[in-house]
Amino acid sequence: MQRKLILSALAAAVAAPAVIAATAPTFAQEISFWSWRQEDREQYEEIIARFEAQNPGVEVAFEAFEASQYATILSTALAADNAPDSMMVRAYGAFEAVANGGYLMPLDEDKVPALADFPQSAVDAVTLRSDGVTYAVPFASQTMLVMYNKAIFDDLGIDEPQTWDDLIAAAETITEAGMFAFANGTATAWQNETLTFSLGASTMGQDFIADMRAGEADFTDERFIEALEKVNEIKPYLPDGYQGLDYPSAQQLFVSGLAAMFAGGSFEIANFRSQNPDLEIGLFAAPGADEGDTPLVATFFDGGYAGSATTEHEEAVLKWLNFLATQEFGQMFANSLGNITPIPGVTFEDPLLQEVADLNANSIPYVMLTDFRYQEPSGSVLIQSEVQKMMAGEATPEEVGQAVTEGIATYHEPFQD
Amino acid sequence: MLNFRLTGRGLWIAFLIIPPLAVMVTFVAYPIVSALAYAFYDWNGLQRGEFVWFENFRIVLFQEPFAEWTRRAFMHNVIVFFSLMVVQNGFGFILAYALWREPFGAAFHRVAVFLPVVLSTVIIGFLWKLFFHPIFGVVNQSLRAVGLDDLAQPWLGQSETALGALIFVNAWAWVGFPTLVFLAGLQRIPPELLDAARMETDNEWILIRKIVWPLIAPSATIVFILLFIGSFNWFELPYIMVGLDGSPFGSTDVLGLYFYRTAFGNQSAGVQDFGQGSALAVLIFAFIAVVAAFWTVRLRRREIQI
Repeated sequence: MQRKLILSALAAAVAAPAVIAATAPTFAQEISFWSWRQEDREQYEEIIARFEAQNPGVEVAFEAFEASQYATILSTALAADNAPDSMMVRAYGAFEAVANGGYLMPLDEDKVPALADFPQSAVDAVTLRSDGVTYAVPFASQTMLVMYNKAIFDDLGIDEPQTWDDLIAAAETITEAGMFAFANGTATAWQNETLTFSLGASTMGQDFIADMRAGEADFTDERFIEALEKVNEIKPYLPDGYQGLDYPSAQQLFVSGLAAMFAGGSFEIANFRSQNPDLEIGLFAAPGADEGDTPLVATFFDGGYAGSATTEHEEAVLKWLNFLATQEFGQMFANSLGNITPIPGVTFEDPLLQEVADLNANSIPYVMLTDFRYQEPSGSVLIQSEVQKMMAGEATPEEVGQAVTEGIATYHEPFQD
Repeated sequence: MLNFRLTGRGLWIAFLIIPPLAVMVTFVAYPIVSALAYAFYDWNGLQRGEFVWFENFRIVLFQEPFAEWTRRAFMHNVIVFFSLMVVQNGFGFILAYALWREPFGAAFHRVAVFLPVVLSTVIIGFLWKLFFHPIFGVVNQSLRAVGLDDLAQPWLGQSETALGALIFVNAWAWVGFPTLVFLAGLQRIPPELLDAARMETDNEWILIRKIVWPLIAPSATIVFILLFIGSFNWFELPYIMVGLDGSPFGSTDVLGLYFYRTAFGNQSAGVQDFGQGSALAVLIFAFIAVVAAFWTVRLRRREIQI
């Protein structure tokens, strides 16, 4: 009996693809699409349905993998000539690891015309530095800023700070009211990098980044040191024992309302809201010294949609990638997935996301990731441990700048002098 | 020339030996050999590049800042080993000796001492991370409760205390193991031997030094060698409690963490380098294998048989 069951199950399994193939229109091209966003399956299915309705004859099969395993799974598949037709790829250093192998379909403005309207920083995130070729359609951006608990700010009569001194004064008021001003801790290494750029972006300024990229400044530059000094100033307003406070604990302090501000990435918003739906979150870019200056945030891109260089359905893949660059898609991406898209002209239903998008208009790159996470010792490794040291009172801002510059100089020529 | 004849018995032995051998070769020998081979190549992500001889070894051993990171991690392993030798094994021996004397409630104490050993490292790590929480942790709350507010500190967040805190947790969790092994050794000592010794001296210290310790030497060999291997392979506990970077700023970095983040990359900070990671793995393996082998031979030599 059982044997018969297994046999018939086997037969069904063998026959199923044949049946599907027979019922589908003969001209249909099925392309695979790999993603690390398992939690977004439903939304992506909707997006795919919309695409398929507009492009009869192309079918997209969505396949999602565990995010932390995705890089390994993808690179193994690519190396084994088992590439998906289209896929999500990460940006910057992790993007290069994939793109360097020549596995991705080169995209130019003929193939994906919409790329011309994307912000340059977004396109750069998925462009190989060695050949200047873009290999993906960039998607979500993340923003380093300060999130605050609106209820606490209202109760204490605090307004969004316009200058750095306002921010310190606000922190003082909150501390006097018996709460932690900032929820941040420094025990989790990468939190020190987010802290540095969410609080220090305005003080660093866009000119510093431009000079640094032009090879005229390094991280011992006084603008960068000054930013580190600002970060250093908030030590008294961090929770007790912040050196031992790890990332989840810091999130909890903010979510539970024990702390009024959280300096970090815009990716926290969704998580904060799901943990405490009643929490009313406000946002601002940490200001610089002068009121007149436009406060800046620091931004980076998560990744992009890429096609395989060896796909048999190039035309179909290009249709799909072009769809992923349309404003129509951007709108769905923003509203159903709650992400900030670099596609121009997209508006956000969620006012908070709209605010993040507006803040992005004045930004610097999250530079240790965007420029120095290609080689070890990466800028991120250096800034994380050095700022951690500074926050523990064991290094001065000057020493941090010096150590970071020296570390990067081991492979970055402009810093070698 | 050797002449193999397939007898029934030979077939039967082959049948029994081949499956475990296959498993050993596939999952033990092959990975070790391939890690050795990987260490000699340049890697581009997961793509193998050129054969580069000892370049990866040169980088991790002699090129700054990697050389400094390797030295720092190694020194921390050394500190861990010696501290655990004193705290975990020393205290383990004292506990074993006390339990051997059958104090009141010996059976209960035996179980209590060994209980944490049964817990999974993940549980121990998370538990103690909570205990050490700077604001809500029981360690600091207890200190504050008895008026020692000054002693309440972010134990895992300070470079002076973080490694010590990890060593303490390790000793707390695994002190039961040396205790058990020493206790088994102690219980094997024939009572008449001790009775005879007691006729000669009343001094407990002389008794331990001259009679007990030499007789439990085989137990000590096992405990010492396992601790040595464990200390230089130390990974789970620091990984869970302080993260891949050996926070804060590398003060708890050990070879295991350094190897892992080099080979597999630290998603929130760095890039992966399979070649350098493999080079580190080979160095760690060689160091442990050579030292453990020599030390075992030396320790075995001083063991005595009754």
